[in-house]
Amino acid sequence: MSQISRTGAGIPLSAAPRRSRQRLKETLYGYLFIGPMFLGVFVFTVLPILAVIALSITDWSFIAGLDKIKWNGLDNFERLFRDPIFLKSLQNNFYLLVTIPVTMILSLLLAIVLNKHVFLKDLFKVVFFMPYISSIVAVAIVYQVLFHPSYGPVNQALISLGVGNPPKWLADTHYALISVMMIQVWVSIGFYLIIYLAGLQNIPKDLYESADIDGANAWHKFRSITVPLLSPTSFFLLVTGVIYSFRIFDLIAVLTAGGPAGSTSVIVYYLYDSAFNNLKTGYASSMAVVLLILTLAITGLQWLAQKKWVNYQ
Amino acid sequence: MTEQTAATKRTVPFGKIAWTVLVAILGIVFLLPFLWMVSTSFKLEADVFNYPIEWIPSTWNAVQNYTDVWNGQYPFAHYYWNTIKVTLATTAISVCVSSMAAYGFSVIRFRGRGVLFMVVLATYMVPAQAILVPQFVLYRWLGLFDSHFGLVLLGSFSVFGTFMLRQFFLGLHPEYLESAKLDGAGHIRTFVSIALPLVKPAVATYAILRFIWTWNDYQNPLIFLRSDGLYTLQLAMRKFADMYTQHYALIMAGTVSAIVPLLVIFVVGQKQVIEGISFGGVKG
Repeated sequence: MSQISRTGAGIPLSAAPRRSRQRLKETLYGYLFIGPMFLGVFVFTVLPILAVIALSITDWSFIAGLDKIKWNGLDNFERLFRDPIFLKSLQNNFYLLVTIPVTMILSLLLAIVLNKHVFLKDLFKVVFFMPYISSIVAVAIVYQVLFHPSYGPVNQALISLGVGNPPKWLADTHYALISVMMIQVWVSIGFYLIIYLAGLQNIPKDLYESADIDGANAWHKFRSITVPLLSPTSFFLLVTGVIYSFRIFDLIAVLTAGGPAGSTSVIVYYLYDSAFNNLKTGYASSMAVVLLILTLAITGLQWLAQKKWVNYQ
Repeated sequence: MTEQTAATKRTVPFGKIAWTVLVAILGIVFLLPFLWMVSTSFKLEADVFNYPIEWIPSTWNAVQNYTDVWNGQYPFAHYYWNTIKVTLATTAISVCVSSMAAYGFSVIRFRGRGVLFMVVLATYMVPAQAILVPQFVLYRWLGLFDSHFGLVLLGSFSVFGTFMLRQFFLGLHPEYLESAKLDGAGHIRTFVSIALPLVKPAVATYAILRFIWTWNDYQNPLIFLRSDGLYTLQLAMRKFADMYTQHYALIMAGTVSAIVPLLVIFVVGQKQVIEGISFGGVKG
């Protein structure tokens, strides 16, 4: 480093203007290339972030003009944490996190089997990836019919198997969230599977071979080679899983619209409902701020946790 | 133990066959919702909920169902066209914007590059729903609300695309780009005729992912479009399902129509999709 600056200082004075002109040109080209992207991000993301923070301390509806804006300090936030639907939504968001370890375990087992023990591996990859690639709207519409309480195929099958009073699934406040979670696992298993398969490719084969020589059994190899060496992959999946589970919107919006009786509402759905159906712009913005803070906190936790228990090779 | 493994190696791999059969059964069960959807879309309405389920329709009504969907009161042909327009435009613009920015953030050295890149990267963390409200207000002011142009614009500035392509530009051998510089090529020529062709596979990967994400997008059309005539397939499908609540065969013909083109693209571009997903491509 010091060497570079010394040679820099040694350049004859006459070369300096040319060099700085060159540098100016590089800078101009730099801005030219990143310009569209940066402008887009600034106008459509950075400004809205600042705006949403400002709006979160107002009582306003966008159909009224800007002059109707009323500042009301932290009132929105106070109301928010006394609002039963918001609290229910927040709670549901945390329940939804359960789908992440479930999906991780199922897809890891599937990945191990697909990786070594089957023919037609590529075909199976496509099969399990299909739900992830399909439109959530289509998937949700199909499940609405499959889970129909009285004549849906799921309950018809259950009744014919002798279940007297099958749950009403999406129409039942006790089962709706569980149903959503099952569908969520089904949708995301393909994504986790692909990532785990890529992770398995990176484990050196000789580790397993030397374990074989030591007489380790399958469980042993799984516990002391596969799991630890996949920990960066698992960590990646956990983090993206947590971050994205707070963004599940399409599935809920189409499948249940947060119902019945708010039993499947999540923050982003309640935010949407408040902003665009109930036209409470300020109130919805305060939810957005809570969402932003949650995202920040998760990212912070990720940094801390990464140091602790990820085993990078 | 060793004798046994040696023996199985020489003969038929029974274990592998057994696993394959098991996974195949699992795969079929996994795809049952899709199979039900396809088979229902071929049925007469009256047969939809017959039990035991008729996986192969007893009376075929496929032609009628699909004609109704494509040419009925909510003609899917029209929504297809809308979706194709929006998806192709978004993909094209997004690929241009992201690859340019990726080149700028990796090859060109200029003051402030690091900070600007951090700003762009930091926005990747922000959930789209958190900024929906101000975006909506902004769109109404700018007159972009309820237009395909506005919708395209929303999908055109992808941090993920920029980040991914940047990684590929950074992986290029510096000599390639240096020699172009010595030949007197400016950045525009180096970018178009040297750097971009070298990362073509990555560009293809990103383009396919962006295509799929835009095609499947429900949230943005839901919020930023209002007129029926502008609806994309996802919105139309929802509307259709709400209108024809008791016409399940028709609804399923609609969902099949919406999924099939994507499946074709996925099967053709499978390698790219899987590569992009392995890169950490969660919609963004």
